[in-house]
Order: sequence, then C-alpha cells, then structure tokens
Amino acid sequence: MTYIIRRLFQVIPVLIIVSFLVFLFVYLSGDPVALMLPEDASQAEIENMRKVLGLDKPFIVQYGIFLLNAVNGDFGQSFIYKQEALGIVLERLPATFELMIASIIVSTIIAIPLGVWSAIRRNTFVDLFISSSSILGKAMPNFWLGMMLVLLFSVTLQLLPVSGKGTIYHLILPAITAGTAMAAQLTRMLRSHMIEVLSQDYIRTARSKGLGSFVIIFKHALRNSMLPVITIIALQISTLVGGALITETVFSWPGLGQLIIQAIHARDMAVVQACVLVIAVFVIVVNLLADLLYRVVDPRIKYN
Amino acid sequence: MSKLLQINNLKTVFYTEEGQVPSVDNVSLDIKKGETVAIVGESGSGKSVTALSILGLVPSPGRVVTGEILYEGKDLLKMTDKEIKKIRGNEISMIFQEPLSALNPVLTVGKQIQESIELHQKKKGKRAKEKVIQLLNRVGIPRPEKVYYSYPHTLSGGMRQRVMIAMALSCRPKLIIADEPTTALDVTTQAQILNLMKSLSEEEGTTILIITHDLGVVAEMADRVVVMYAGQVVEQSTVYDLFEKPEHPYTKGLLDCTPKIHGESEELLAIEGTVPTIQNRPTGCKFHPRCKFTHEKCKEKDPELFTIKEKQKVRCYLHEKVIEERLK
Repeated sequence: MTYIIRRLFQVIPVLIIVSFLVFLFVYLSGDPVALMLPEDASQAEIENMRKVLGLDKPFIVQYGIFLLNAVNGDFGQSFIYKQEALGIVLERLPATFELMIASIIVSTIIAIPLGVWSAIRRNTFVDLFISSSSILGKAMPNFWLGMMLVLLFSVTLQLLPVSGKGTIYHLILPAITAGTAMAAQLTRMLRSHMIEVLSQDYIRTARSKGLGSFVIIFKHALRNSMLPVITIIALQISTLVGGALITETVFSWPGLGQLIIQAIHARDMAVVQACVLVIAVFVIVVNLLADLLYRVVDPRIKYN
Repeated sequence: MSKLLQINNLKTVFYTEEGQVPSVDNVSLDIKKGETVAIVGESGSGKSVTALSILGLVPSPGRVVTGEILYEGKDLLKMTDKEIKKIRGNEISMIFQEPLSALNPVLTVGKQIQESIELHQKKKGKRAKEKVIQLLNRVGIPRPEKVYYSYPHTLSGGMRQRVMIAMALSCRPKLIIADEPTTALDVTTQAQILNLMKSLSEEEGTTILIITHDLGVVAEMADRVVVMYAGQVVEQSTVYDLFEKPEHPYTKGLLDCTPKIHGESEELLAIEGTVPTIQNRPTGCKFHPRCKFTHEKCKEKDPELFTIKEKQKVRCYLHEKVIEERLK
C-alpha cells in the first residue's frame, strides 16, 4: 500500500514535465489568434484578443496559468467544438480504450500459442516459420496492413464493415491492425523466455513427477515466462496509443487518435493539450498496474 | 533379495556438433529391494546422466542409445510415454541437488507436493491437502499448515530439501533416486537430511539410489557402492570393502583425498590431472593418464570389469593377473 502511495507521488513530477513539454511545443508552433479571427481583423482586434486569452503575458506566466487551470481540469475551450476541451477528450477515451483492449486480446491470443509452440519445437520448420512471420508482422506498417485488411475482408470478401464503430464486427479489423505488431513482438519474447524456462531444473522436477506436457507447459513454464510478457504489454501501451493515431484514422474510429489528428490540423490547441495529458496519465497508470501485476505473477518480487 | 532395478549395458550419448559423445558408456548395475546403493564419481563421470536415464529424463540433445533398464522385470526404455509417466513420481521418484532451482518459484510448496498426489493417487481437494500436511509433518517441517502456503524462496535450504523429500515420498515409491541431495546444503543440514532419508527409507522399506561425490555420504548411507569414472563403472563393492580394501587405483586415489582427523600429512592429497572431458576421453583404460600403475596394455585396450570377489568387481588390468594366477 505504501508502495502504491509512493508511486503515485512519483507521478507528479512526470506530469509536470509532460505538461511543460506540451505547452512549450504549442507555444513554439505559433500564435493561435491569427487562426481564430477572420483574415481582415484589425491590429487592435488582434491585440485585444491576445489580451483576452492572456497571450500577451510572459511565457512562464502563461505556463503557470495553464498548469493551475489544468490541475482544476480546465484546459480551456475548444474553439472548433465550442466546448470544454477535457470534456471532448474524455468523451472519446472509451472508444480508444475499447480498441486498445481488443488489440491486446488479439495479440495475446495470437502470441501465446505461437510463442509456446515455437519454443517447444525450436529449430524446426515450425519455429522458423513462426519466427519469420513475426519479423514480417513487426515490419508491416500499420496503415498499409489496415488498408490491405479492408481490401481483403471488406471490399473483396464483404465479410466485415469497412470503417466506423458500432457492432463487434467493426472492432475486428482495427484490433487486428493495431495488435499485429505487438503480437509479433510478444511471440518472439515469449519464445526466448519459454526456451530458457523449459531448461530450468523445476521443469525437470515436474517431469520427474510424471506430469503431462500440457500441465508442465501451461502450469509450470508459462507463468514463469509471463513476467517479460507483462512488461512488453505495458510498454507497448504507449506504442499502441501512437499507433491509434494511424489505425483510428484509417478506420474512422471515433477515438482519441482521430481527435488529436483533427485537432492538430485545425490548430485546436486546447484539445491537443488535453489529449496529450490524458494519454500521459493513462500510460502512467497502465505502467503502475503492470508493476503491481508482477507481484501477482511472481511472489519473489517485493516492493520496498 | 530380488532385484528391483537392473541396468544392463546402458549407453547414453549426447549429440553435439563434434558428433556423438558418450556420457554413459556401457554401464551395468543392479539394485536389490530395500538396499541403498551409491554411485560415486567426480563431475563429468556420468553418474547424474545414469540417474536421469532411468526415468527417461536425459535433457536434449542427450539420448539413451542402447541397453536396458529393467524395473521389476519390465524395461523402462521400451515403455510408452503414458506407461513411464505412471512410474515417474509414483513408483520411482527423484530428489534433486539444488532444491531452490528444483522447485517452481511461482507455485506454493503445498501445491507442488499436492500435484503428485492428485495425479497418481486420485485424491482431490481437501483430502489431498491433508495428505500434504501429513507429509510435511513427517519430514520434520514445523507448522506445516503455514508452510503449505509458502513459496520456495521463503524457506531455508534445509527446509526446501525436506519439501523435495516430502514430494518424493508422496506416493510411497519403491525406489527413490537422490541426485546429490546434500551437495547444496551446509554440513549440519546435510547430516539432518541424510538422517531423515535413512530413517524414512527404513520405515517404508524404500530402496534408494544415491548419487554423490561425497564419500562421507557414502559411508553414512550406502550398503553397496558403484564407482564411476569417465562414463564407466570402474569398481563395484560393498561399502565395507570399498573403505577397507579399495582395489581400483582411482578408488584408492579418491579415498586418499579424504582428509583424516588422525592423518600424518598436513597436506591435502589430490589425484593428479583432471577428469578428461567427454570429447577427449583417452583410448584404452580411461584412467590411464592419471594412474600410477599404467603399463602399455592400459593405453591400448579398455579393461573389462573383472569379478574379484562375490560382491566386488574392478575394471583394471592389475586384477587380470590376480585372476589368471588364481585360475592356473
């Protein structure tokens, strides 16, 4: 418990750094007033607008105000949606979350059997095939894979919807697109750890007890190989969020990724800032959860 | 006494890039019901691989290529996967050297012992758990109800080895193969573990095959001794003959290496040279490069195992003459 509280305190400096960077980049990217006012606005009108928005103050003061407001959940108004920026972001969060969970499920469903299989059949044709497929899986760009899947399953075979969100069928292609790279990495990781675990003494003990291969692999070996898998999943969450920008755009998935792209195009900076900070918090929370999960999987790990 | 286990001409090889290398080379030995037999040898002598061959647990790329291992008259090497699994942990069980690595770190010790019971004795849930707690009690573990839920890393070395023993005993096996069971433990714990194994085997009438490099363990436990060197049996005798009248130069050398309390020399003796690696075994007698009595014949041809007494066999040409003279 004290560990959790301590870890939560460590989150604060991380968030301050992230917020500073986000603010800095938006600041450097130029003056939003020019975009907000009509082209024929007079100099006086521009000055007035800047004063209203507080843009005439020094950089560090502006950042201070931004930070104070952000702590209160106020990221300012989105000038496109004419709503609270945070509200828009939080509204989109569940869709991204859903896609993320689906792609993690897809990738573990693919990776666990393949990783285990290539480990127990190592240096055979099966292993070679799985290993080279996983290199391919890792190498394929998201947007290309997404379009190819759409071409095959939606256009040619007409089995699945092209884009949008609604039924479970809408989820399949985006989840595969986002999960493939992760599945590839998980497979390779699991293979190498499984090979190591299978040569351990306790596996020999399990065999000497007369246990069958299935019990040995899934009860004795897999749990010992899960630790690095959890680490990868946690680390890949941030990659998944990055990938969501592309996947969500390809499939018109109404999540954070699509929102952030649209907001950047429109220079809707309040929304961009809120998006990035929400994602940062999300990634931090996931990593904390992964740390706590280690303890469940491996009783030897102690926090302190 | 009838024979419980009989190993005939066992040959276990490892397939490496340099070709086949025999780890166990034509080993024959037998174990009678109720006795304790020790296999003694240095690292690389093939003693552990012999033990692993019995239950078909030789790690890849190793394989048993020839020979037979008769357990109660049935050849373990010819059994199907299903048949041998019924023997493992049930009729023949094993205790390993390093209990920390031999126990699964992520499962509680209770669950690990219970696994064998549930598998072989068809006891489930509460009844299996009761049995585990009984076993833990029996091997001298205090507060067994609590230890049942402990993970291996929270126990001491001695306690872990007691857990291994409880696991090995769980299905009342006829034969226990203990592969260096005390090597990883400190001396006082070693004595406790040996005493425990001895008293339990006497109570249950269990036969024990103990693999060790420690002659102290041999003296403590064994009825009969098999000395191995470079994959071969070089001497077989009763424990009394071995310590009183060792016949093979290697066995003599091993005994000379044991420090004695009333010894004249302060210096610790050693056999010169090292055990040849599995790839570089010499022709002829495998021990000849290190032997004080080497003559030409030793370098050319491997001596056979000469029977010099009812219960003593020696693989050395020095005894060939003795036998020839006796025959004249």
